[in-house]
Order: sequence, then C-alpha cells, then structure tokens
Amino acid sequence: MMTVVEPQDAVIEVTDARISFGAVKALDGVTVTIRAGECIGLVGHNGAGKSTIVNVINGGLTPHEGRITLDGKPVEKYSVKVARDHGVRCVFQELSLCPNLTVTENTRVMYHSLKGWGWRKRASAVVRAKLDDIFPGHHIPATALVGDLTIAERQMVEIATAFSEVAQKVRLIILDEPTSSLDAGLAAQLLNYVRTFVKAGGSVIFISHILGEILSTCDRIVVMKDGKVVACRPSSEFTEHSLVESMGSVVKGPSARIVRIAINDEPVLSAAKRRGQGLPFRAHKGEIIGLAGLGGHGQTETLIDLYLKHSRSWLRERTPRVTFVAGDRTLNGVFPLWSIQKNLSVGNLPDLSSKGFVSQTREAELVQSWKSRIEIRTKDVENRILSLSGGNQQKVLFARALATRAAAVLMDDPMRGVDVGTKQEVYSILRSEAENGRTFVWYSTEMDEICLCDRVYVFNNGIIVAELSGDDVTEKNVLAASFIGAAA
Amino acid sequence: MTAIKLLFRKPWIWSFVATAIVWFITIMFTGGASTIGLSQAALTFAAFSIIVGIGQMFVITLGPGNIDLSVPATMTLAGTVALKVMNVDNSMVVPGLLIAIGIGIAIGIGNYGLIKLLRIPPIIATLSMSFIVQSTAIWTNRGLRIKPPSALADFTTSSTLGIPNVALIALGLSILAYILLQKTIYGRWVSAIGQSILAARMTDIPVDGVRIATYVLCAVLASVCGYLLANFSGGAALNMGSEYLLMSIAVVVIGGTAVAGGDSNVPGIWGASLFMFLVVSMLNTYGFDAGIRLIMTGIIIIGVIVLAGGRDSSVKR
Repeated sequence: MMTVVEPQDAVIEVTDARISFGAVKALDGVTVTIRAGECIGLVGHNGAGKSTIVNVINGGLTPHEGRITLDGKPVEKYSVKVARDHGVRCVFQELSLCPNLTVTENTRVMYHSLKGWGWRKRASAVVRAKLDDIFPGHHIPATALVGDLTIAERQMVEIATAFSEVAQKVRLIILDEPTSSLDAGLAAQLLNYVRTFVKAGGSVIFISHILGEILSTCDRIVVMKDGKVVACRPSSEFTEHSLVESMGSVVKGPSARIVRIAINDEPVLSAAKRRGQGLPFRAHKGEIIGLAGLGGHGQTETLIDLYLKHSRSWLRERTPRVTFVAGDRTLNGVFPLWSIQKNLSVGNLPDLSSKGFVSQTREAELVQSWKSRIEIRTKDVENRILSLSGGNQQKVLFARALATRAAAVLMDDPMRGVDVGTKQEVYSILRSEAENGRTFVWYSTEMDEICLCDRVYVFNNGIIVAELSGDDVTEKNVLAASFIGAAA
Repeated sequence: MTAIKLLFRKPWIWSFVATAIVWFITIMFTGGASTIGLSQAALTFAAFSIIVGIGQMFVITLGPGNIDLSVPATMTLAGTVALKVMNVDNSMVVPGLLIAIGIGIAIGIGNYGLIKLLRIPPIIATLSMSFIVQSTAIWTNRGLRIKPPSALADFTTSSTLGIPNVALIALGLSILAYILLQKTIYGRWVSAIGQSILAARMTDIPVDGVRIATYVLCAVLASVCGYLLANFSGGAALNMGSEYLLMSIAVVVIGGTAVAGGDSNVPGIWGASLFMFLVVSMLNTYGFDAGIRLIMTGIIIIGVIVLAGGRDSSVKR
C-alpha cells in the first residue's frame, strides 16, 4: 500500500498502528508516512478513524500496537511533549482556546517559552504577525477576549497560533476541518498559506469534508474507512467522484429544485427589516430558504430572533411552531451531562409522555428509529453524548429537531463536521420533509448547500441585501450579492 | 463484587458512609446505651433539613447562580402565621397547612418575579425577599408565643413503629421529589436548564415557566418545614429558620448534587442531613465547647466535600 520512501525524507512515520476502544477498532493497522514538503489530505466518514490517527501523530494517544518513527529513528516513548519538540502542531476540530483569556494570553498558554518580563508584548507580536501572514485584512485585535470573537475568528486565531514559530521550528501542522467554520474567502486565504508553507519545506495533514479543497490543495490523499487506510494515492489520480466512491458512498446527482411561483398564502415565518434597513424576511410552507453571505454577517442572529419570536418561554405550545438545529454545539446545542438518548429526545418530550410522565419505551423507540435512519455511530445510546465524534453529535442534534412536529426548522450552519454520506442522507430527508409541507431556513457557509435551496436571502453587515430564487440561485449570483452592501 | 463497585460509584454513598462512621463513634463513646435515642433524634432533626434541602436542591440544579436564600425567613413566616390562624384549635389544622403552603407559593412567585423583572441575580433577589418576609413575620408575631394545637404537637413529636412521624413525612416528600426528577418532563427540563440554559431555550423548553415552578416548589417546601418545625418545638420563634440557611445548602452539596447544576441527588440529602446532625451530637457527647464544635463541623464538611469532589471528577467525567 505504501510507496517506498527514503527514510530521511519522513518527518514522521506511523507503522501498523492499532487502537481499540472496547470492542470498537478505532485503528486497525494503519500505516502513514508524512514527508517534508507535502500536504496530505485525510478523508473518510465520521468515525472512520481520522481523529484517532491524528491523535496518535500528535502524541495524545498511544497505539496499543505499532511503531512511530521520527526522521527515520524509532521512538520508544512517544508523547505530546516529544511531538511538540519535534515540531508537530495541531489545530483541533473542537476549538481548544480558553474563552476567558485574550488572544495574546492564549498564545502564551500554547508556548511555555514565552515567559519572563514582557511576554505579553512578544506573544502579541508573534500571533499578530502570523494572523497578518495567513489572513491579510483580518480585524482581530490581539487584546480581544476569545469569548467575544465569532466562531470563525476563533478558528483563525487557533490556526495562527499553531503556525507561529516560537522555540522550535514548525515541521508538521495537522489541520482538522479548519475550513468548516470559515467562509469561502477566509478558506481560500488559508489554503494559499498552506501551499506556501508546504513549498518552504513544511508538512501539513489536512482533514476536510469539502472534497474540492482536498483535491486542489493536497499532494497526496489518504482515504480511511472503518479504522483502515483504503486508498493512498497522489491527488492527481483522484476526482471528486472517485474520492467519494473510495470512501464507500454512492454519488447522487442534485435533486430537482422546486420553484414556487406566485406564493399568496400566509407566510409561516416572517421578520421585519433588520435595523430598519434592507429587505424583510418571510418563509412559506414547504420552502427551503438559504441564508447566504460571508460568515458572521447576521445570519445566526436572524435565526435566533426568528426562533425566540415564534416560541414561548413560560408555557410550551402544544404544537411547537419552530425548532432549531445548533451550529455552535457547545454553546446552544448539547446537554453535556446527558446520554445520547436523552439529548435526542429532549426536544420532543411532551409527545413521548402521558400526564407529565416520560414513557421510557416510547422514548427508546424514537431514539432507535432515528439512530438507524441517520446512522449515529454508537454501540449504546445510553453512552454519554460527549463520547461521540463531533459529526455524530451533530447528527443527534439534527434528529432532535426533525423528530419534533414543528412546522419550521431553523438551521444554524449545522453540517459542520458531517461526512459526505450523511450530508446526502440529510439533504434527501430535508427535500422529502419540505414536500410534506415543512419549512426550512438554512444558514450555511458552504456554497453547494446554498445552491440546494429554493430561495436565498443574502446577508451583508447584519442586513438582508438581496433575495434570489429558483434558477437565479447560483454561486456567481450569491457571491456578487454578498458584496452589494459593502459597495453601496 | 460488581454490585459493591457499582454502589460505590453512586455519588450519594459517601454521605452515608460518613454518617455510619460518626454514628458508630458516638455510640461507642456512650457504650451503646443511647443507640435508639440517638437514632430517633437524628431522624427527627434530619427530617427538617431534608425537607428544606430538597427544595434547595431543585433550585441549585437549575444551574450556576441559582440559590434561594429566603428559606429561613419563609420558614419563620409560615410557622408564625399558621400558628396564629390555628390558634390552638385542633379543627384548624388543615386550614393552617393550606395557609402555610399559600405563603410559600406567594414567596416563590415573588422571588422569581424579582429575578425576572428587575434582572437581578437570584442570590440578591432572594436575599432582599428574605428581609421583606422576615419583617412581615416580626410584624405578625409581635412577640406573641402561641402554642400549637394539641393534636399537631402530639403528631410531630411522636413516632409510628419506632420511626418519628416527621421522618415519615420527609420520606414521603423525598420519594415524590425523586419521581418528579427522574420520571417526569418537568424533571428532565430542570436538568436540561441546569446544564445549559441557552441550549434549553433553543430546544423549546419553557425556561421561565420551569424556573418559576422550581422557586415556588422550594418556597412551599420551606413553608411546610416551618409549619412542622413550629408545631414540633411548641411554638414559632423569630429565629427558628436561621440555622437552615447554611444547612439547606450544605446538605445539597455534601449529598452529591452538582453545584454547577444539571445533576441532582435525592438519597444524598438523607445521608448528608443525618451526617450533619450526628456530627454536632458527637462533638457534644465528647464535651467540646461551642467554639471548637463549630470549627470541627466546618473542617468535617470541607473534608467530605473534598473527598466527594475527587471521586466526582474521576468517575463521572
């Protein structure tokens, strides 16, 4: 499976790594070689073992079997410290910055050598220089509290911190779905920087569910499935189609968009112009409405306002009017102390109960049916929600919302970290539910998803600047509209 | 073997272990003479802490910042007003109880009203409420000491099958609280709000409705406790609730309920309440004076919390 390489070329080599969690084989004999000056793409479904192999490489997990070689020399005790000393840096999928500290202070947390008098000055210089390098034109002050930044800005800070060179040379950067919370412009900046870094002799492991990025950025692609490497070839030998197939999914063509001409019925949801400017919002029965535009320009706020306006906080309505799928899972999605089952059923408890008592059997039935329908990868739904991978947690939140009887579903960029196969599955669920009369309002940072919508509102600077519908919903039109407000 | 292991993973087990140790040490000192008397006294006095503790537990489970400091004042007002209404008349026992419950409902609504309307933290809202309530109690009491109706006085001080009646009432209320938390929608919602109030609001949970119900529940339990305590001790006193402020919070924390919210624990309240009473009586039997007793109590509480805290992080997370 592996190409023969000169040992001195390999920055790090993992041979025949095996890890199992109970009966689940997370890694089943994985061999990966990372050479200097190459970008490796790592793709596979949620739970294929991508995060596990990444954790082996950064020293967080010790494989139960297998060898790790650094620069051709076998290492006895590999750990996070050895990895860091060797120049391995990791940008995590679950953001790992401390929200109560500033950008500068977070840099200090990552780099212990930034100590003594004047560390603040040095740390802020380091992180600012890197942010300017990677994301020219960003507006992130080094003195800002991380908790006050948007999710995209936090991701940018995390990336810049990882690329910063403080004590040792940075040799290998692991990017675990870095673009999922960035909009198209920022993602392009990052990918450019990755190419520069690789040209200068650095190595990158790049994980993404957006296959176009993988194909355009990486030199070599490793495809994983069920804890094994199923393909490892130069990216020029792959197409988007063959990549999806090697991951084990069937490629489906985009489903036909339903264009509703002359809608006269009462809107299901509506909102006035935001801040008295731009266009008002309305959504009719059975529509899939996209909220587009650059990330963080008021889409999430619009969704939350819509939700709060159409739901009650003193007494629950018998039939809820709206339901919400969170994008920022830890902020407003997951109940961390609970099991998968309780997390899934919580949105629908009144329907599962009689006289205020929750029926255990009805609850278990509902959860089992959604577990198989949306393929939540777990052996036991009584396991804690946090035992799931990020993408699988997101599936639980999806199921929670879709299981309710609400007439409208609001989605706050919910596909982050969800694999291609599940996305296809969810798209087809959305389509069939919409045909049955449900309304979807969908904020997405991915253009492919926006293009699936019947009608699209484009946001800029907190207001709706354009409305596109039917065949006008194209990448070109959405992008053009995204800059209307900025130009005017 | 596994059964024992499983038992030791329950967060409430430690308060019972501590209780058993203290009980044993005290019995040892008296040479076994006081076994029954000590156990009955422990159950009687623990019953009052259990009743207020359950209410406080529901509030604390609502998440960081939620606490009801008006518990002692509520107990006092409910006790004094109920005794005044009953006026030593055995036929007025039920109306007296209803009056006490009504006072609890009013105070609970008032507490959440302050929190919601003035947007002040619960700690300040319930503290200000407690001043209002305490002043009302002083005004209604006017230094009078009314005796309880004889039937009630007898009932609260006697036992059925060797178990004090008040402990039986506490047991009934505990079972109800357990069912409420584990089996009903309301219990799920309380736990959800305690874990993440934002997520709860975005999951169509009526956050305000659940929270006001919880503050009302806590105040009602406090007033029922005040009603029982006033009858038990032969009359209401203006300071009768004061020791229950710290007590209601301590039994919740020692009993293994998560201080950060979202996870509550009914059996632990029993262990913790018995433990708190037994520690004081143990130090009494050993003849320590009041100052030493308070210091020792403090140290023991801290010790238990440290032990319980260490266990929590290793097993649960």
